Amino acid sequence: MSFKIRTIRDIPREELIAGGHNLCAGCTAGTIVRHLLKVAGRNTIVVTATGCVEVSTTPYPYTSWHVPWIHVAFENAAAVAAGIESGIKALARKGLVDSKERINVIALAGDGGTFDIGFQALSGMLERGHRVLYVVYDNEAYMNTGIQRSSATPPGAWTTTTPVGSRLRGEHRPKKSLIDIAIAHRIPYAASANPAYPVDMARKFEKGLSVEGPALVHVLMPCTTGWKFEPRYGIRIARLAVETGMWINWEYENGALRVTVKVPRRKPVEAYLRMQGRFSHLTKEEIEEIQRMVDLEVERVNKLVGETAIGPVVRDY
Amino acid sequence: MIGVAPKETSRGGLLKALSANEAVAEAVKDLDVDVIAAYPITPQTTVVEKLAEYVANGLLDAEFVPVESEHSALSVVLGASAVGARSFTATSSQGLIYMHEMLHIASGLRLPIVMSVAMRALSAPISIWNDHSDVMNVRDSGWIIYFVSSAQEAYDTTLMAYRLAEDPSVLLPVMVAYDGFIASHTIEPVSVEGRDAALDFAPKRVTWETLDPKNPVTMGAITSPDYYYEIKYQQVDAMKKALERARDVEREFGNRFGRGYGLVEGYMVEDAEAALLVTASYWDNVRIAVDLARKKGLKAGALKLRLYRPFPREELLDSIKNLKVLGVIDRAISYGATPSGPLAVEIIAAIRERSNVAVQSIVAGIGQRTVYIEDYLKLFERLKEIGDRGERPDTTLFYGVRA
Repeated sequence: MSFKIRTIRDIPREELIAGGHNLCAGCTAGTIVRHLLKVAGRNTIVVTATGCVEVSTTPYPYTSWHVPWIHVAFENAAAVAAGIESGIKALARKGLVDSKERINVIALAGDGGTFDIGFQALSGMLERGHRVLYVVYDNEAYMNTGIQRSSATPPGAWTTTTPVGSRLRGEHRPKKSLIDIAIAHRIPYAASANPAYPVDMARKFEKGLSVEGPALVHVLMPCTTGWKFEPRYGIRIARLAVETGMWINWEYENGALRVTVKVPRRKPVEAYLRMQGRFSHLTKEEIEEIQRMVDLEVERVNKLVGETAIGPVVRDY
Repeated sequence: MIGVAPKETSRGGLLKALSANEAVAEAVKDLDVDVIAAYPITPQTTVVEKLAEYVANGLLDAEFVPVESEHSALSVVLGASAVGARSFTATSSQGLIYMHEMLHIASGLRLPIVMSVAMRALSAPISIWNDHSDVMNVRDSGWIIYFVSSAQEAYDTTLMAYRLAEDPSVLLPVMVAYDGFIASHTIEPVSVEGRDAALDFAPKRVTWETLDPKNPVTMGAITSPDYYYEIKYQQVDAMKKALERARDVEREFGNRFGRGYGLVEGYMVEDAEAALLVTASYWDNVRIAVDLARKKGLKAGALKLRLYRPFPREELLDSIKNLKVLGVIDRAISYGATPSGPLAVEIIAAIRERSNVAVQSIVAGIGQRTVYIEDYLKLFERLKEIGDRGERPDTTLFYGVRA
């Protein structure tokens, strides 16, 4: 399979999500969805789980979507997408819809709608092998309801349900590893992406839409409101997540794992954490603890991909 | 499988030995349904086992999606319906309750899904046996609800259900409910009409808005207080139209297939003083009890409520006009309500301005505690006493409960 997207110029110019939506200024979900639709094109149906993107893009009687779009509920975007795919399959076989052009079916959900409440429906869809691209925009908490922790919230993060008090100091559990779980379903394609690397992200959407079966792309989505940073810093923080090893852009394709954005020299995690109010309570010792956790994850991923894709921390970067 | 060969009927159908579950599967096959998604639960399972067999053997060209939960079952058929596929699911008991959230969304999105429900009691304590707690719990979810009493009626009503659901003036999902085990697993002779006749009666036409890249629409947008109410009121209107169309569908079905039901059925009610109103499979024994009661000199009659949502108020008022007393048998309990039979509460409210019939709320058959013919006879005697004394009962009779 040859892919079209190699440079930023290969990303289609057509805009299929209209501006004027209600996402926060500086929200990177808009960046992600915009690129997703550019790659997918008009012949696409999108299911969106309850969440920021859903409430912000379809305030009745307005809509930002130039493609057919449906919202059903919080926990079942994967199941609804499976139904859409099954419906199209049956109707195409019976000659009741035009089957010449492939219709992309995309499920779009946040981390709450994926890691937590949507986990069962996601697992079912992946396991049954529906040709659906599942895209999760991960802002690491329930931002739409007002910054409550999810199982995607990273250790140390403040949220309204993991407050920083005299006895507890924010989230204390590690982030659930979604990609590993997706791969365990023996699906053809899974990847993580990040809007600071738009070509890498767009190519992953393209690959996810091209495979004969389920694909999952897990995208980091810096949230100005919940992470507490100035709206202009979203992309800078997304890039720092990769440069510090807090986030790894990798993919699983044809049974092989590889890191798509290599980081020969890592910055210390402090560079990422200090940009965000949600981590502002962390002590030097707590930051060192997070650094140790990231070092271990980097070591694990390097082993999995069979090379030093992510290098050591260089203090005077 | 039992060894009874199908026989041809006089109208070109086939007479087969089927349970209600199998009859529904047969109807779904005849209606050329495109997508089936279901999760196993007793006593619904044989519907979907049969459908899986049809698909596996090429007798039905459909996508069969064996989902991981009932919530996803309804989500899958909802997605399929949203792209214009004729879709079907089936469930019981906890499964229906697990779907509850999706029930409201299916009707709110006006998607003409059809579902069969083999009715079963709800936990706790867990019981796999029949009562109507499951359907009674979802009566306000905006679905059209039929209670059917036989395998034949299950087949026929499934045909009518798609016709009604997909009617452009209706566009509401339909539940075809029958008694778990009592109907779902009882083999009866069923006249099946075959694909041509079924599709002629309920032709496949996409009468609703669909997700089509050539004509993109947004479905399920978020509404403010400025819009939500009117959109929900459209469902109120759709239910009114559904009642009119349900009457037409009954009539047209009768004309075409030579058998029919009615939204409310009556047995010996014209000259009866006391009648029992039942739903679903109680219809058979209660009629035998009427005959026996008549022999004893009691002016007894029976009524069957076949369509529950929308509620056929005019038909009900017409069939009770000569009665003194109506006993309403509920197989579900509305805990803490007075009376405690949900159907009785509703019937009292529906008739109060236009009828003086005394209504006795009766709860029976909970968790499939058997109601025998002699129990109906005892109830007829009790209703006669109420009538003779001119009583106005205002509490529920929990029939047969051990003190």
